[in-house]
Amino acid sequence: MIRSNVMSVFALAACLNMSAALAAQTSITVGMQLEPPNLDPTGGAAAAIDEVVYANIFEGLTRYQADGSVVPALAREWTISDDGLVYTFALHDGVTFHDGSSMDANDVKFSLDRARAEDSTNAQKRLFTGISMVEAVDPLTVRITLSNPDGSFITSLAWGDAVIVAPETIDTATTAPVGTGPFTFSRWVQGDRVELARNPSYWGTPVALERATFKFISDPTAAFAAMMAGDIDAFPGYPAPETLPQFEADPRFRVIVGSTEGETILSTNNKSDKLSDIRIRKALAHAIDRQAIIDGAMFGYGTPIGTHFAPHHPDYVDLTGQSAYDPQKARDLLKEAGVENLSLSLKLPPPSYARRGGEIIAAQLREVGIETEIANLEWAQWLEQVFRGKDFDLTIVSHTEPMDIGIYANPDYYFQYDSAEFQATIAELKLASDPSDRSRLLQAAQQRIADDFVNGYLFQLARTGVANARIQGLWENAPTQANDLTGVSWTD
Amino acid sequence: MSRIRHMPRALLVGLAVTTVVLAVALMSLVWTPHAVTGVDIAARLQPPSTTYLLGTDHFGRDLLSMLMVGARTSMAVAILAVGLGMLVGVPLGLSAAAMHGGWLDDLVMRGNDLVFAFPVLVIAILITAVFGPSAVNAILAIGIFNIPVFARVTRGAALAIWTQDYIRAARVCGKGRARISMEHVLPNISSLLIVQGTIQFGLGILVEAGLSYVGLGAQPPLPSWGRMLADSQTMISFAPQLAIFPGLAIVITVLALNLAGDGLRDFLDPRIRRAR
Repeated sequence: MIRSNVMSVFALAACLNMSAALAAQTSITVGMQLEPPNLDPTGGAAAAIDEVVYANIFEGLTRYQADGSVVPALAREWTISDDGLVYTFALHDGVTFHDGSSMDANDVKFSLDRARAEDSTNAQKRLFTGISMVEAVDPLTVRITLSNPDGSFITSLAWGDAVIVAPETIDTATTAPVGTGPFTFSRWVQGDRVELARNPSYWGTPVALERATFKFISDPTAAFAAMMAGDIDAFPGYPAPETLPQFEADPRFRVIVGSTEGETILSTNNKSDKLSDIRIRKALAHAIDRQAIIDGAMFGYGTPIGTHFAPHHPDYVDLTGQSAYDPQKARDLLKEAGVENLSLSLKLPPPSYARRGGEIIAAQLREVGIETEIANLEWAQWLEQVFRGKDFDLTIVSHTEPMDIGIYANPDYYFQYDSAEFQATIAELKLASDPSDRSRLLQAAQQRIADDFVNGYLFQLARTGVANARIQGLWENAPTQANDLTGVSWTD
Repeated sequence: MSRIRHMPRALLVGLAVTTVVLAVALMSLVWTPHAVTGVDIAARLQPPSTTYLLGTDHFGRDLLSMLMVGARTSMAVAILAVGLGMLVGVPLGLSAAAMHGGWLDDLVMRGNDLVFAFPVLVIAILITAVFGPSAVNAILAIGIFNIPVFARVTRGAALAIWTQDYIRAARVCGKGRARISMEHVLPNISSLLIVQGTIQFGLGILVEAGLSYVGLGAQPPLPSWGRMLADSQTMISFAPQLAIFPGLAIVITVLALNLAGDGLRDFLDPRIRRAR
């Protein structure tokens, strides 16, 4: 009796397995650590917004691909005038927004004019300040005139902040985004998940997935449990690197380690009276053992950097030697600067790279005689006190925007670096369109901020992700803030 | 000597373990096997060995040393919080009992109800929002939470004393309410306060661990049991000792204090003693 029961259970299990195998899976649940505050990529700075909507719901004239290259999206092709000032874009025909209205040149004009307007709340407004005029020549042709040549204009248009929106639906985009992408927005259960569904009338290649859910799990332990239990199919920005070896050993999962645009830095308040002396900042830089931080905080995932630039970029200059770990030199520098009993505040946002890295840096600084007072802050507090209030000596944060060395040219940016020379280099870079000129200027800019020891440059954040082994098409690297699901599918 | 022999076994066990924990905490002031603030990444996540008796954490710090210093943090926070609660709560309770039925009594007791309505975690979040997280603020939060507890216990016990004949005698002699409270009421309810203090002490350790666990208690690099637990969570599958030992430390200490509290009540309460 018992045996036959066992047998039937096996038979049942086999049936269930078969039916599961027959119906290929067409839905995916993607884990994210942070929930977006809203869903309008043109009106908010949070990376989590783009990580839900970029390429899935909203599209721009151009777009990033997984390898970081920029390809045409809504714009079929474009021509650039000889003086580099006039860009003429030919749009794809038959593109519609999710509400059924058609996407044409007027929508492009509306989107770009809105982004560069005086009262624009666009987080990357600087990308659009070079535009002097946007004209809709005919429904499928847009002409953009720049005030100065801009070698990176096509790349700027690929940002999530430059997506094309419709004037009719933009007011509700924060909670019900309407774009042109391959997925439509279905529902946002605040505090839990955002659900997307396949757009049946998508203009481009249809996607394999019918349904996609972004689930927000901020706690690393819960993320680990959800991943192990199969509640989450993929977790691209997986927050607990210490558990990755377990996933690596488990054939059900695939560990994806790629690069990000996240320069993780020990941000230093250059206007703080304790840190305005370059010798002290230099001492900080020499007191830090980058490899120990990468091993201790990121469990080995990360690449040391010596300046604020991504190591996988062709123009990267390896300047780590300039601020090599040398505690004796740090002590000498402090003595030379005539400071004793230096005590600094170290304000840490929630990510584990900051919390763990902070404890390690505090120990390393103590070695050379600098005391730190650690304060663990939530993101809202951090934005309030550190980013806006500039009330800090040191903090650790990862700057995840691509090619963001330009932030050093803004003397009001929270670390308050004010160098006329650097600002001139960036101004020159903005006008340069010749690749070799740009490359020379980018390298000069990297050298400048390394020479000035603006911040402690720690490591390039690795993108550690975990996914079900049967999922293919996920991005390995993160050239921009995105979870592009357009190429994702299940294998059997 | 005979008194000790008559002590309940629970009390002896509880007191002994508490004394050991206290001794370890005090010892950590002068000596720990390794430095707790030193980070040695090369030696991280080592299993227990002769060099590191309980192994090392994810920063290569010696777990035993951290537990010892953590004991100090927990004990200090809990003792100071109980002290704060007593210092404010007992006088409040005494004056409420002395003015029984008057406006002061009402004021104190309704004030108590008000504070009682806020869970300790909410008080802690409130204080943290204003002053930022620190061990001192954990003491404040737990201390504030202790005030109504002591005020109520004191008032209840004091009210019973106020009906005694010797109090009437003292009043006839012309002693004031304040003086009677100090000279006659307080000594007679002190055993009750000691018992309550012991129980609140155990609770304080538990709450301190809870606050540190959610990041509202002692800040790094000062080790605390609660934060050690929180830090070890994601590593529990490959370095279980990181969670087991701080967890055991909390359980054992709180259990010992509760045993001591229960035992003391049995031992000090004259009615129960007489019944035996």
